[in-house]
Amino acid sequence: MLSTNIIKLAVVTLTMITISIPAHAHRAWIKPSKTVLSGEQNYVTFDAAVSNTLFIPEHVAFRMSYLSATSPDGKELAFENVGKGKYRNTFDLNLTQSGTYRVGSASSGLRASWKDAEGKRKRWPGRGGPAKGETFETAVPKQANDLKVTYSSYRSETFVTLGQPSDEILAPSNKGLELVPVTHPNDLFATEKATFKFYIDGEPAAKTKIEITRGSMRYRNAPETINVETNAQGEFSVTWPHAGMYFLEASYEDDKAEAPATKRTGSYSATFEVLPL
Amino acid sequence: MFKIMCKLLAIASVIFTTSVHAQSLLQLEVTIPRLQVAEYHKPYIAVWLEDQKRNTTQIAVWYDVEMENGKGEEWLADLRQWWRRGGRKLEMPIDGITGATKGPGSHKITIDLASLLKNQRSGDYKIRVEASREVGGRELLQIPITLPIKSKDLPITVTGKRELDQISLTIKE
Repeated sequence: MLSTNIIKLAVVTLTMITISIPAHAHRAWIKPSKTVLSGEQNYVTFDAAVSNTLFIPEHVAFRMSYLSATSPDGKELAFENVGKGKYRNTFDLNLTQSGTYRVGSASSGLRASWKDAEGKRKRWPGRGGPAKGETFETAVPKQANDLKVTYSSYRSETFVTLGQPSDEILAPSNKGLELVPVTHPNDLFATEKATFKFYIDGEPAAKTKIEITRGSMRYRNAPETINVETNAQGEFSVTWPHAGMYFLEASYEDDKAEAPATKRTGSYSATFEVLPL
Repeated sequence: MFKIMCKLLAIASVIFTTSVHAQSLLQLEVTIPRLQVAEYHKPYIAVWLEDQKRNTTQIAVWYDVEMENGKGEEWLADLRQWWRRGGRKLEMPIDGITGATKGPGSHKITIDLASLLKNQRSGDYKIRVEASREVGGRELLQIPITLPIKSKDLPITVTGKRELDQISLTIKE
């Protein structure tokens, strides 16, 4: 009995650890009910979850504390009617200004791995994130066997528009791997070509690997994932085969990191709605 | 006799195809089908002129204009192409363009279409008609036209399959 409880506890802890780093191993998505809205004001409701079958919540919820929403004027917008579910969290946004809104999560920082004196693999931060008060300087040895330091960035987001689409909140922060739209992300139509750029720390991110998958995966046998790569200007295009909610995942890697890092990685994902013509 | 006179007049103006008079006789008629459905709501309908660069000129928008606090505007985006091709830029309602939704039957566009077309540059255009119905479907039709319009090209009629019946551009009789 006692051992069963210990196992249960261990499972629960493990699950919590997984959520805290949604970018890894699972797809972390934020799905709006609609992305193109009209009216003097309107509401959009969102589901946020971490699960591989798009967009079925079946693994863990996307932690609300990681998320924030930005209005077209750049101000933060509060979530309304937050509901915490086992597999997904839900929330509403009241859109009162005309323009494009962003909802998402972004983070970046140093990661390190090395081998200690006994040859045991060590990582920082641990899977649950850095311990309180712990910093790269205090937690990672200056010299160690097989020491690898990576500067990594992570971003997951989605966009919704009330009225006329706007560009203000689409401007890159020049930090991490970011999508820079050429085609507006709330103006996507089936059979049409859309073009976007990827930037890494404000520079074009050439050879970013991109996977684009339509939702409703549960109701077909093949994932039908579209694979593309950015060109030297960091640009890529996609022709949407069907209408639907799509999930875009991108990853980038180079060795142009600032010391103490030797490697730079970027991970990005976004949910896009493609409407029928 | 009067009717015949009118017809003769119409024919006369048809001969001078580019005359203002001839154009003032233009008429666009939109027919909304009667549907045998359990729950029927009158469709939202938008009619607009689009040039080859997709610049648009509004002709008519029929929506729930009477609802309080502009609530009826919340479904305008369901007229997807219209919304994208200019609808989203507009402040609703618009005098002379917007009106209440209309039921099954034939509806004449009240705007002076002839003057509207006369103000456009020569070239190829489309008159597009989009319908979207609550608990129903959506349909988009188009009438291709070349401006200045020649009476010999009229009437032009296109017929929808589901949400729209006949759309006709004719010379008024």
